[in-house]
Amino acid sequence: MSNRTLRGKTAVVGVGETTYYKHGQSPDPEFVLVLQAILKACEDAGISPKEIDGFASYSNDRNEPTRLAAALGCSELKFSNMNWGGGGGGVAAAVGNAAAAVAVGFADCVVAFRGLAQGQFQRFGKAPPVSAVSGDPAYMSPYGVMSPLQKYAMRAMRFMHENKVDHSVLRAISMASYNHAQNNPRAVMYGRPLSEEKYDDSRWIAEPCRLFDCCQENDGAAAVIIVSAEKAKDMKQKPAYILGAAQGSDYRCGAPVMNASNFPSSSFASLAPRLYEMAGVTPKDVDVVQSYENFTIGVMMAVVEHGFCEPEECNEFFQLENLTAPGGKMPLNTSGGNLAECYMHGLGLQIEAVRQIRGDSTNQVPGADVALNIAGPMVHHVSTAIMGSEATL
Amino acid sequence: MSATYLPEGMPTPVPMNDGLDKPYWDGLKEGQLQVQRCGDCGTWQWGPEWICHECNSFNMEWTEIEGEGTIYSWERAWHPVHPALNGHGAYIVVLVELPHAGNVRMIGNLLGDPTQEVTIGTRVKAVFENHDGDQPYALVQWQIAD
Repeated sequence: MSNRTLRGKTAVVGVGETTYYKHGQSPDPEFVLVLQAILKACEDAGISPKEIDGFASYSNDRNEPTRLAAALGCSELKFSNMNWGGGGGGVAAAVGNAAAAVAVGFADCVVAFRGLAQGQFQRFGKAPPVSAVSGDPAYMSPYGVMSPLQKYAMRAMRFMHENKVDHSVLRAISMASYNHAQNNPRAVMYGRPLSEEKYDDSRWIAEPCRLFDCCQENDGAAAVIIVSAEKAKDMKQKPAYILGAAQGSDYRCGAPVMNASNFPSSSFASLAPRLYEMAGVTPKDVDVVQSYENFTIGVMMAVVEHGFCEPEECNEFFQLENLTAPGGKMPLNTSGGNLAECYMHGLGLQIEAVRQIRGDSTNQVPGADVALNIAGPMVHHVSTAIMGSEATL
Repeated sequence: MSATYLPEGMPTPVPMNDGLDKPYWDGLKEGQLQVQRCGDCGTWQWGPEWICHECNSFNMEWTEIEGEGTIYSWERAWHPVHPALNGHGAYIVVLVELPHAGNVRMIGNLLGDPTQEVTIGTRVKAVFENHDGDQPYALVQWQIAD
């Protein structure tokens, strides 16, 4: 059993991001954004792009490894991986898959990446432009259930009903992201703070969510480079070791027409115990949490399912001061996250975890050694990973 | 009050091209609400699938059920994400649990005032909503039971 782990075998040694734009505002095509992010990650790692020999992504990213490897002049392509499942559920899985490929020797230098140019392609928050639907959408679209929020709001409504959760929980999660973004010049919402009044006055999108409970839609690209722990020791940056990763969902999560057995859930109930076991840590050891905000409702349930509080304790636990760096009990989304930094489909949150381990976040948690990265709550295939400093090995 | 809860121009449901759920959509047009039940082990199943998730038998049977249930969860959508909904305003979606069919769940709209208070656990009954046109179809909707 001890051999069947990723713990400490690989590390993130380079991170790269493009400028983050509002959706449709990128001056460059999506493929160019991806190339820019990968080149920045290589520069950060101090390697040549020709050394990259593997690519991992998720959510049907359009930028194929063969084209990327040819364009970058990579010496050899040894590993390509697409994680099934829509939305951002595959972010931590892409990082985990890249790490696994390096750990077992499929490849030596793998980049996990994601690019989005929603001006060039379709937006997430709009219904697909079709007049007829079949399969699962046939049971939802004719009733006006078409956007991601509309598909997931009822999971949270049931959770909030069962556990008597207040809307203040969602507001605190949103404000934590916006507050952190005010110290992060890369953030699209930098200089645009959120107050309780502004949150409370914002319009409903789909109850229980208001405007500020919903992520942005952005253009940009991001990339992280993963190599073996041995190689990482001698490289330019302080390594962020991957301590564990898990993906998937529990029993019949994907049952059609919202018939998941564990419905009031963010899909992490069975993943979190597996993750902690591999990483060899408990929630008490976690110094900082990045939890993908498609919507604040997903963050709420994901944090509960990762063991930071009991479902019925949400109202007490999710207080803004608990979620704010540097001194909060559980600093959350310290870059501003998908709500206020950029919706880079969650890869920006993985990069923020690396920054926390390196000690150079704009909202640094002092001495952060263990960072948890939760990806894509509420979709039917989710993922989660833990990174750690050398002190955790 | 118009004949349909949501405006014309919403996406139209069509049976899957492998035939899996054609009996469901045909049944709605006849005023019949059906879900799947395993002919071998009796497990209720919804949404439709070719195989029983309990015993893995392919002997799935379409079974007519009573259109009665309780609201298991709900949402009130305000922001229009489809052109047909522009200017329409709020509407309510309910997830209804069906105790007469192994507590499987169905999605529909809650008829009546779209601003009404919604309470989880409320009893509701099915109403068939017919859509005429070149390719007629029917939806099942829900209203508060007396």
